Amino acid sequence: MAEYSAFSLLANALKGNKDWKPAWRKPDPKASYDVIIIGGGGHGLATAYYLAKEHGITNVAVLEKGWLGSGNVGRNTTAVRSNYLLPANTRFYEHSMKLWEGLSHELNYNVMFSQRGCLNLAHTPAQFDDYARRGNAMRHLGVDAELMTPAQIKRLIPALDISDSARFPVIGGLMQRRAGTARHDAVAWGYARGADRRGVDIIENCEVTGFLRDGDRVTGVSTSRGDIRAKKVAVAVAGSTGRVMQLAGIETMPIESHVLQAFVTESLKPFIDTVVTFGMGHFYMSQSDKGGLVYGGDIDGYNSYAQRGNLPIVDEVMSEMLALFPGLARVRMLRSWGGVCDMSMDGSPIITTGPLPGMYLNCGWCYGGFKATPASGWTFAWTIAKDEPHDFNAPFTLDRFYRGLVIDDKGQGANPRLH
Amino acid sequence: MLITCPYCGPRDVIEFTYQGDGNRERPDPASQNFEAWNAYVYDRLNPAGDHNEIWQHSGGCRAHLRVVRNTLTHEILSVAFVRGDHAPATRRKAEDKA
Repeated sequence: MAEYSAFSLLANALKGNKDWKPAWRKPDPKASYDVIIIGGGGHGLATAYYLAKEHGITNVAVLEKGWLGSGNVGRNTTAVRSNYLLPANTRFYEHSMKLWEGLSHELNYNVMFSQRGCLNLAHTPAQFDDYARRGNAMRHLGVDAELMTPAQIKRLIPALDISDSARFPVIGGLMQRRAGTARHDAVAWGYARGADRRGVDIIENCEVTGFLRDGDRVTGVSTSRGDIRAKKVAVAVAGSTGRVMQLAGIETMPIESHVLQAFVTESLKPFIDTVVTFGMGHFYMSQSDKGGLVYGGDIDGYNSYAQRGNLPIVDEVMSEMLALFPGLARVRMLRSWGGVCDMSMDGSPIITTGPLPGMYLNCGWCYGGFKATPASGWTFAWTIAKDEPHDFNAPFTLDRFYRGLVIDDKGQGANPRLH
Repeated sequence: MLITCPYCGPRDVIEFTYQGDGNRERPDPASQNFEAWNAYVYDRLNPAGDHNEIWQHSGGCRAHLRVVRNTLTHEILSVAFVRGDHAPATRRKAEDKA
């Protein structure tokens, strides 16, 4: 197994980089496992890693329909933050942030976690007050947050239009300095290697086509590579949750699948060294280590499994970018892509036992799943190992919708396209 | 994506507002069946394939439309008025008076 160190980098460099070993095996599926995890994305791989590392459960298979990391973990815009208002969210995402801070070291894999900060811009006094409230709520729970004035913001991001003649003048912002970005593919690869070296089988090109049942209890899955039995079956399939749950006979879920588009420009010289979000629409942007500006905005707003979007949102996102950064008008867009998000009814995730006996469900990440990857895997592994939630994910049950305990950070109600 | 409004003809999707899953049935307002209300508010079919949904032509005739659309290909298979196959009520009244 390839270990990374200053010595191994140097030794392999001198030998022409011909001796690197694959980072994970390509095993054939066994007849049965203690735990099967459906979905080889960030959350599924992190779950397998923490199952093995924290709970000693190593007879585990991760089943991936395509190749590893071909879904949302490779399609997101890499931002990581924990600037939420409601305590359930703040605690959960701050746990994630703490795991991020040690992740490269823990995995011996450089996930290029960069705490370059995340700044939310305010354009009205009411919005600024709202950010002050959110910042106070965060600091009450030990999360860093600071309000910034337009002059401070201009020093941080010189290219930003903060003039009074801007369509939406900037009157301040809320900054989380510990937020930032991470190399999304490396997160998948690092967790995959970490899980693999602890004995987890990562099985690619293995599509789940149905569930094996004994009465109500789920006892395994049928796949394109044969039936596989398991004591516990965990589902972490992001945008395909609706589709996979229908295979289990569950027709409806408090979830809609929507497509979110993202964009990247040609490479520029250093232009912006933080993540910035626009408060009057929905727009966020950072600069990748290669130099491209990576940005996105709203979901397209209607159900879609297409992994590609439509033009009106492209148009809208570009207009919002130019409202903030008029100087980018002639920069070329290199490419755009779409990922399928399972938008939940309150904008918060679901990490829970059930809904069937023997089954465990991790879904409803809306378009914020990447930042949650470490904590999602950590709490989901806990839930699978102990058949009960950790305090961090206890509020994120499936039945919260029916018990009046929704976690609606944006206050948008049961309307997925607005979260 | 073009949606062919039965009243206005083919129009760009930006003229329309998505109103979600068209399979939901609102319970009787007097009903105290909590399960039915919960299902109405929170549960969605979310199929990968043909989806029965409601759109409003909010930037046009404002009619509510029942649209069958494929969620994998964005192809629109059918469009009809939600309240039967006729033109919007306001317009009809104006014509009746004339």
